[in-house]
Amino acid sequence: MAETKTVKVLKFYPEKCKGCLECEKACSNVHFKTGEGGDKSAIRIIKNEKTYKMLVCDQRGLCLDMCPVGALYRKKNGVVWLDKESCIGCQACVGFCPIGAMRKSDVRIEPFKCISCGSCVRACPENALELVEEKIDEIKEFVYHKLGA
Amino acid sequence: MVEGQIAIQEYKTGNTKHKWDLKKIKFAHRVLFEYNYTKGEIKKGFANRTLFINLSTKEIKEKKVTEDMKKKFTGGRGFGLKLLWDSIKPSTRWNSVENELIITTGPLCGTTQYPGSGKSLCLTISPATDIICDSNVGGFFGPYLKFAGFDAIEIQGKAKNDVVVVIDGEKGKISVETAPLEETNSHLVNEQLTHMYASEDTDRSRQKISVVSAGKGAENSYWGCLNFSFYDIRRKVPRMKQAGRGGLGTVLRDKKIKAIVTKVEKFDGVSNNPADPVKLAEVGTKLHREIRDLDRYQCNMRAVGTVHLVEIMDEYDLLPTENYRFGSFPKASKIYSPEFYKYFTKIIPDGCWHGCTLACAKTVDGFTVKTGPYKGQKVTVDGPEYETCGCGANMSLWDPLWILEFNFYCDTYGLDTISTGTAIAFYMEMYEYGILNKKRCNGLELCFGNAEAVLEFIHMIAKGKKGEFIEVASKGIRRVKDWLIKKGWGEEKLIEDCGMESKGLEYSEYVTKESLAMQGGYGLTLKGPQHDEAWLIFMDMVNNAIPTFSDKAEALHYFPMWRTWFGLNGLCKLPWNDIEPANNAETNDPAKVPEHVQNYVDYQNAVTGWNIDKEELILQSERCYNWQRAMNVWMGRGRRKDDWIPYRSMGPVTEMEYKSRQERYDKQLIEKLNISKKEIEKMDIKQKMNILYEYRQDQYQKLTDAVYFRRGWTPNGVPTPQKMKQLGMNDPEMLKMLQEKIYEDEKKGLNIWSGKYHKGEKPPSIKKKYWEK
Repeated sequence: MAETKTVKVLKFYPEKCKGCLECEKACSNVHFKTGEGGDKSAIRIIKNEKTYKMLVCDQRGLCLDMCPVGALYRKKNGVVWLDKESCIGCQACVGFCPIGAMRKSDVRIEPFKCISCGSCVRACPENALELVEEKIDEIKEFVYHKLGA
Repeated sequence: MVEGQIAIQEYKTGNTKHKWDLKKIKFAHRVLFEYNYTKGEIKKGFANRTLFINLSTKEIKEKKVTEDMKKKFTGGRGFGLKLLWDSIKPSTRWNSVENELIITTGPLCGTTQYPGSGKSLCLTISPATDIICDSNVGGFFGPYLKFAGFDAIEIQGKAKNDVVVVIDGEKGKISVETAPLEETNSHLVNEQLTHMYASEDTDRSRQKISVVSAGKGAENSYWGCLNFSFYDIRRKVPRMKQAGRGGLGTVLRDKKIKAIVTKVEKFDGVSNNPADPVKLAEVGTKLHREIRDLDRYQCNMRAVGTVHLVEIMDEYDLLPTENYRFGSFPKASKIYSPEFYKYFTKIIPDGCWHGCTLACAKTVDGFTVKTGPYKGQKVTVDGPEYETCGCGANMSLWDPLWILEFNFYCDTYGLDTISTGTAIAFYMEMYEYGILNKKRCNGLELCFGNAEAVLEFIHMIAKGKKGEFIEVASKGIRRVKDWLIKKGWGEEKLIEDCGMESKGLEYSEYVTKESLAMQGGYGLTLKGPQHDEAWLIFMDMVNNAIPTFSDKAEALHYFPMWRTWFGLNGLCKLPWNDIEPANNAETNDPAKVPEHVQNYVDYQNAVTGWNIDKEELILQSERCYNWQRAMNVWMGRGRRKDDWIPYRSMGPVTEMEYKSRQERYDKQLIEKLNISKKEIEKMDIKQKMNILYEYRQDQYQKLTDAVYFRRGWTPNGVPTPQKMKQLGMNDPEMLKMLQEKIYEDEKKGLNIWSGKYHKGEKPPSIKKKYWEK
């Protein structure tokens, strides 16, 4: 299997953002076929005093080693992917994601996450979002307790 | 070194691969009888029916679970007790044809959102104790049994030849088939059957199978455990967890069951059809986060599992060493958790059921077996757990590799490591005193630290070797005590005091000498000395939080009830207090972990749609706990004499032990017994030991008095009909039986408190028949 070397990750330009949340609405359309945004969006824009903050998966893949049924894996394009069909809804990935990017909506038990599809980038009227290529080796992480070492 | 983010198909264990002609093995099966059933739906955690199989009469039927049954028995172990009561007689023994092997689930079992939710509860009449033994075990079987359509399976009768029982949740079919060609030892038969019954040749498909089996050791001893499999898609082996205590595997093999296989068509995060999945995910995720943030600073379960306890127990003088003579040992650091961490496979989700992020089920993969029939092969060893390491210390084995070898063979032979280890430790002590010797041990040099002899002993059991010692010794400490005494090989008192069994069951691995409450935690139990009812050593001995008899009695009421609750629901106890919220110490009752108790209230309500509170939760347990005790009484036990514990668990049996803690014991004689320092100095050790002996025996009796009173039992330990009615357990037959037993005790003059109450001390009640008021 050819090793994937890079993955597209969302980059945010807070200075351009006006907080219209078009990105969230586009995202919830991808995941839940609704323009509600909010809890049904994998990308969240949060007002932080005068500026904005983005919460979204950075594809570092810590969750991959959490999944007991192998529903989480890196796709050929490097994106960390949750296969809804095999997911058994245990929320281990949700609970262990250090940045809260694995998200869960009340409408179904299986979580969802950013798949770097670019819908939000296209929806943003201010060009505040961009998909950039990152080297997987430079961003990947795993939990490792070095006990007694 | 293994690193993370490895694609699942690329994981490697380095284990020896087996080649079997599975078609030929399957072809040899002959269906003896079968039953088709309509697949049902799980409603709010219940399948609402149980499965009954009689191997002698070849009958299979479904039994309905009524609302009344749920109200009284909740589920899980409670259902098991109800099914046993309906099926057995007071004279039923482990090998009686009407004895049953029951595996139950519980309403919360199979939930994936809350860690520790995949436990099965197994019940039977134990060969070791002649009363009910219940054992709690992980693995996929319980959840799959429920998702296949049943809250419990009860198997009565015996097959003529080896069979497998197959519960096919895909086809809706139960079949009992002969199984002449399969292996018996668990690590092999579990793998064979997993591959044989998987619908497709994929890991996903194999993950939908769970097998229960017990090996050759279970056939030839009273220590048989049940191995519950859970297929690991990364390691690509069916791993296993053990229902260890009380000889359940011995009963399985006595029924000529080689294995029970269950298979599900599919399942997901809401297969239990919980009343409130949103709340469930919320409570579960909160705990996942707690584990993520705090486990590495608390128990470190995710890295080393329960082995982290070895160093703590050694530090606090509680690690049983050389048959519980000592609580720590200079060599103990050789088996501390970092020594095992070196061998454990890392960065793998190690829950024994999906979604358990406490993930304590560690393994050593590619372990090279040193002895016996699998010598030279590379295998996956599940464990070791703390208890197994504790057995190592007890037998004075201080090499992790020998502990792993012991662990591997006990598991695959279907031997409970706890009973096996504790018993061998006793035989070793007897060997040291010359009460046993090489000749009397069928040629085995069973002295402390002789790992080769330990393994040889286990192999001899598995082979079914004949020999007076092997045959008695494989039935446990109680039988060996009787045998040694009958032979006149040693002083009766020494033998009785040293052998760590109560009710016929071997102790698990904690030294209780200095904690009276924990002595009660082992002695005043339903099934025998197992730490799953109460673990009070720190509360009692280290923190001195329960100083009086009534404090201790309250703890010996609350904690056994609380811990029983896990078994009624199909849960593991670990996520309750082996991870604690960051602010737990500042709450008003840290030992109870109040926030987690509330989690469980929310959790049960979210699945079942009930509206219980934390008091009702204790009541659920109290109903079943008293019912089980009442059944013990019905079977002729469950009285004060049966709650006897050996003196080794109370104090120093030998001079060597007294000397090892002389300062502590001398101080106790001065402070508690008002003996002056001068007098102490004049006494020889024997005298001091005798005084301490009398004192500690009396303390235990006083504790027993207080606990029986708190639990609402007679002074002889019988649950009263009044108490049962108050709990809503109004089965007329049960109430009548209890009344008769109390009359019997009354006639024999047994309804009296047994502590010696001096001036200024009071028994729990001075009213005669206080329970009638």
